[in-house]
Amino acid sequence: MCRLFAITSDTPLSPMTAMEALDVMREGHDGSGVGILLRDLGGPFEEMKDAPILSGIFSESGIKRLDTFMMGIGFMTKYKISIKLPKTAPRGTPRRDVYLIRAYEYPEEWEGLTQASLQDRLMNIRLKLREMGEEKEDMIVFSFWPDVIMLKEIGDPMTVGRYLSLDRKELQARIIMAQGRQNTNYAINLYACHPFFIQGYSTMTNGENTAFIPNKEYLMSRGFPGYSGFQSDSEVFTHILHYLYNSLELGIEAYKHVITPLQGDALEKHPDAALLRVLKHSCRRLIIDGPNCVIGCLPDKKLFMVQDRKKLRPGVVGGRPGMYGFSSEICGLDAVIPDRDKSKDFQPMHLDTAIVGPDRQEVSICCQTDPLPLPR
Amino acid sequence: MLPNRPITPSTLSIKDLLWQVLWNKDKCTLCGQCTAVCPVNAIEPGVFQKRLIEPALNITEKPGNVYKVYYGIRQKTDPAYACIGCGMCSLVCPNDAILPSKNEENDKLRLHIDRGGQPRKRGGRRNVKDGILDQIKFIRISMLTDPALDAGRHEFELRTLLGRVLSPEKHLALLKENGWAPPVREIYPLMIGGMSFGALSPNMWEGLQMGVAYLNEELGMPVRICTGEGGCPPRLLRSRFLKYVILQIASGYFGWDEIIHAIPHMKEDPCAIEIKYGQGAKPGDGGLLMWYKVNKLIAAIRGVPPGISLPSPPTHQTQYSIEESVAKMILSMSMAWGFRVPVYPKISGSSTSLAVLNNITRNPYAAGLAIDGEDGGTGAAFNISMNHMGHPIASNIRDCYLNLVALGKQNEVPLFAGGGVGKNGNLAANAAALIMLGASGVQMGKYIMQAAAGCLGSESDRCNICNIGNCPKGITSQDPRLYRRLDPEDVAQRVVDVYLSFDTELKKIVAPLGRSTSLPIGMSDALGIADHHAAERLRIQYVV
Ligand code: SF4
Ligand code: SF4
Repeated sequence: MCRLFAITSDTPLSPMTAMEALDVMREGHDGSGVGILLRDLGGPFEEMKDAPILSGIFSESGIKRLDTFMMGIGFMTKYKISIKLPKTAPRGTPRRDVYLIRAYEYPEEWEGLTQASLQDRLMNIRLKLREMGEEKEDMIVFSFWPDVIMLKEIGDPMTVGRYLSLDRKELQARIIMAQGRQNTNYAINLYACHPFFIQGYSTMTNGENTAFIPNKEYLMSRGFPGYSGFQSDSEVFTHILHYLYNSLELGIEAYKHVITPLQGDALEKHPDAALLRVLKHSCRRLIIDGPNCVIGCLPDKKLFMVQDRKKLRPGVVGGRPGMYGFSSEICGLDAVIPDRDKSKDFQPMHLDTAIVGPDRQEVSICCQTDPLPLPR
Repeated sequence: MLPNRPITPSTLSIKDLLWQVLWNKDKCTLCGQCTAVCPVNAIEPGVFQKRLIEPALNITEKPGNVYKVYYGIRQKTDPAYACIGCGMCSLVCPNDAILPSKNEENDKLRLHIDRGGQPRKRGGRRNVKDGILDQIKFIRISMLTDPALDAGRHEFELRTLLGRVLSPEKHLALLKENGWAPPVREIYPLMIGGMSFGALSPNMWEGLQMGVAYLNEELGMPVRICTGEGGCPPRLLRSRFLKYVILQIASGYFGWDEIIHAIPHMKEDPCAIEIKYGQGAKPGDGGLLMWYKVNKLIAAIRGVPPGISLPSPPTHQTQYSIEESVAKMILSMSMAWGFRVPVYPKISGSSTSLAVLNNITRNPYAAGLAIDGEDGGTGAAFNISMNHMGHPIASNIRDCYLNLVALGKQNEVPLFAGGGVGKNGNLAANAAALIMLGASGVQMGKYIMQAAAGCLGSESDRCNICNIGNCPKGITSQDPRLYRRLDPEDVAQRVVDVYLSFDTELKKIVAPLGRSTSLPIGMSDALGIADHHAAERLRIQYVV
């Protein structure tokens, strides 16, 4: 079972913080891979919050193709981090040519675009690059989005972190999500590594989603190009979250009403029963069947944690004003925020959504039986 | 056979029949119960001659002969009285002296039961033992990658939706402006399919209805039952139990006078309206209630004169084109109940099902589609229609489901599958396989007749005389002397037993698959089959 750790902090942190947490929880992952998402960046990226950042892995020829392509559509490099790799890669980690983190300047013609069409274009470029990369196996693209960096690699999290020298000072973020992978799928495809990302929404999960096929078939038939890939049964959690906001215009409080709707009397007694019944019926194909602990991040920089209905996966949220951690195991949290009031730690149960807002002042709990805030 | 009896082409010997009655002279006490009970008069008391030879033991004595007469049971060989293998004689025999036995070779009878140029008609089933549903296995078992669930203790939500479900975007928008949304019922995924009052005896019907009411009211299982084409007894129409009933309208419109007149007096809306365009047992053929069964009561409920055969036309008389007439019919039915009741068509499985489905998806009032595969049963049909017409349900439902997926409407138009579900006794496994292939629910008919009322039909041409009203179990008879054999209370009790055990078995399937939060509709990754072509066709895994 994979191990998950996420943190949100007023002061930017090094990604190695999350690697340490994963290292403490190492019994639960087999060192077969690590995925990391950084957002609300510090360091040099602080100055360019709007510039889309491309993260991925490229071969020499892939980089050339990337440059030609990006130039062709009018994107100019604004800033980049070059990762100097030691001579030998750790055992099990493939030798790569380039780990790319590069911020771009928007093309001039993009000026005046609505936010929605700008976001669609960014996503389409990422999908196009992914497709090009899959064709020639020379690029793997994780994200292309402002204020977001994503890295995934095969190997033990701590070792990979050191190998990529993630402790450098240019790499600092206020929000970090990281997953240590337990390989259940044999051949490791980096696209199957968490966290997943689409247009500012990101989630990571442990456990297996047995409703994957109906979930996937439904998402794929929504006619939205971003709902693709599906190398992992957990990718649907990210897409459902995106669908919730993007198409249904509902908020995080409704997420659980889609993936694990209330049943029987609990639903009938809910003050918003009419709305919830609509969601339960019309989003029936998006109901998940865990066990899963889902940790996610929203475009407005909220972090959250939810459980599936069976609640068979652990998960804990804790911290202090200014810094909160989300961890699949308490020991991960203990390693990173030892000086918190542990009595305030919260382990979401099957009805709860634990949320830490961008102000990082408290953990707010939204119970599924609570009234919903009015639709946005 | 008497020496002077003429031999005609249709003169058969017992060996030529499908069923042979083995009678044991030593055990028989000549009580006459078997001949009395035999629904087709296949056996009669017989007088037999016996000759005892008394050879001489020494040369001085003369050998002798004794002729004796004894009484026993004689099997008739006239095709009109051929034994149907029902086994009622064995059931009533106090001494186990009689037993029907099936001919190992193909009988000759089948070539001679068309006297007067009338091809064989019968009730029952297709009489083909195997089917693809029984071969499907559930292969995706959660164990260590994820814990399997405890079927006995975990909570399971095994409900399905009947009704047109809108897309979430559309429905949320409607909610805001308080607009009309199509009615949707949350029901149990196994329903009792359409078997008419008329095809079934009053006691059988009452038993099923009582069982369904008990399941709903005492056990909280929202089980639904369809009336079939034959109307509905007036008292039920005016009772609160109507909400558990799906009223069927078919091409003969039997009973609809009564139904329409009862609308103003209805305390509850019916669960749904099923418009029958076809059925799996006899695709392209209308319903049939033979004259034997049209007594006064049936005639009154259906609004016809008694004692005449009631063949419904193969198609609805108003049908001009699918676009127009199906839409009109759905609208008229919806309108009759103020758009509060889901209305859906039922068709026989066919290679044209996809065309029907595409039409349904474009009709916003269509509440779903029920498809009845070739293994569906019936009260009466031509043998040829039953045996050779129709499409297997598995691939038909799969094609339709995948077509809905391609359109993005897999949640909007629920599919219901029927026809041979549980025909070899594997009700839960067959139902679960169909659900994972894409059905939102399944309909059963023959299974509940066997399990709840002791129907004798099997997949071997046993009994199958449902059409002539002589049902030896009183299930499909309108003769009070026969149907009083069936106590409605007992039937109700068995219906409840069947549902409770089905529910447990269904949980025993979904729990190891790790599914409990919702019914695993379309969870095709759980399915495997050891037949490569079938696997490809159904788009499930090939496992050997
Ligand atoms: S098996 Fe049935 S049909 Fe045959 S002789 Fe016995 S009672 Fe009559
Ligand atoms: S027992 Fe009755 S219902 Fe069953 S096959 Fe015989 S006649 Fe038909």
